[in-house]
Amino acid sequence: MTTIKILGSGCANCKRVEQIAHKVITDMGVEAEVIKVTDYAEIMAYNIMSTPGLVINEKIVSTGRIPAPVEVSSWLANALETA
Amino acid sequence: MLAQKLHLHDKNFLAWLAILSATVIWVILYNVIEPFANWLTYGLLALPQDSHLGQSLAFFFYDAPKLLLLLCGMIFVISLLQTFIDAQKVRAMVEKRGEGVGNLMAAFFGAVTPFCSCSSVPLFIGFVQAGIPLGITLTFLITSPLISEVAFVLLIGMFGWKVALLYLISGITIGMISGFILGRMKLERYVERFVYDIKPRSGVQIALEEKLTWRERINRSAESTREIVNKVWLYVIVGIVIGAAIHGFVPQDALTGIMGKDAWWSVPVSVLIGIPLYSNPAGIIPIVSALLDKGASLGTVLAFMMSVIALSLPEMIILRRVLKPQLIAIFIGVIAVAIIITGYLFNMVI
Repeated sequence: MTTIKILGSGCANCKRVEQIAHKVITDMGVEAEVIKVTDYAEIMAYNIMSTPGLVINEKIVSTGRIPAPVEVSSWLANALETA
Repeated sequence: MLAQKLHLHDKNFLAWLAILSATVIWVILYNVIEPFANWLTYGLLALPQDSHLGQSLAFFFYDAPKLLLLLCGMIFVISLLQTFIDAQKVRAMVEKRGEGVGNLMAAFFGAVTPFCSCSSVPLFIGFVQAGIPLGITLTFLITSPLISEVAFVLLIGMFGWKVALLYLISGITIGMISGFILGRMKLERYVERFVYDIKPRSGVQIALEEKLTWRERINRSAESTREIVNKVWLYVIVGIVIGAAIHGFVPQDALTGIMGKDAWWSVPVSVLIGIPLYSNPAGIIPIVSALLDKGASLGTVLAFMMSVIALSLPEMIILRRVLKPQLIAIFIGVIAVAIIITGYLFNMVI
């Protein structure tokens, strides 16, 4: 199954990304699990330097900004194709 | 292939066209604000020119739209520049430098990259992991919040280019020197152990190489401008209301005695008061402007502003995750002293 991870300590921006992820999943009607990663050691395992980070199937697709829903849906579509 | 290329060019062209028309509208709006504010206050509301209420209202009707327009326009331009730089690139550039030049570069890039307090920890760990000296890492961590693009733009709007540049240059200098001193103090033992133990996960695609088209850059900048302005406009309005009230009702020179140049103790006291306080830079600057108007001196007011935005309780709580209390205390102390010195310097020079 597709997993989407939101990397971030839980600040306002991270919550926005999480909302967008949920919205995109519902809109596309796909099955995906959204996991919030708040532990710094775990976040840093992805070697990112700015949060929020968005990871789809263990691939980092965006860091340090709130991506637009269109972007997220295209990344998700890509991930579904390659899976 | 060719069709695809043309398509891309068209999209870029449209984005540039949108920017051009936005610029024209912006310039027109910017030029009609002042006559409009005067007409509204003294014409439509028919308030006497010399009344307190009239002066306060005219100040508000002029400053509020002017600052919001400036914010939208300049934050967009700054965001566009920021699409060319990110923490990853900064790290790669600073990595090869030693102390000194490294501090200068970290301070410069700290000033230009956008800051979100929730990113301080990943940033810190990312720098330390790459083997960048602690002092250089701290320089970045000092300058990034100290130089806020919103504060910079508002300073331009209220006091002009010179004061804004002074803020920028002194912020970079403070970050550079404080970081250098902290680096010399050999404080590595006060960094939480786990920072050094983090290993990148295997099987993760790490590189996030993005090649952005102009249209994407423009879209992203427009989006982040919207985010930022959304977040700060209310602070600006509230700040201006308070500023306008002070402007109209507090007697001239009321603050000369307590915040003027001759009150030597006002700089350290302002900085100390500012340390635990946290305010959005947007809210504090209109108030600062009103204080200046009533006789407070520029150095004192700038020092106060810098200590409010650079050092704050929430930020220290976040940094506590990676720094031991001793280091946090030294960190605050060194920056506070640097800001106080800067305040005195301004009071002497200007």
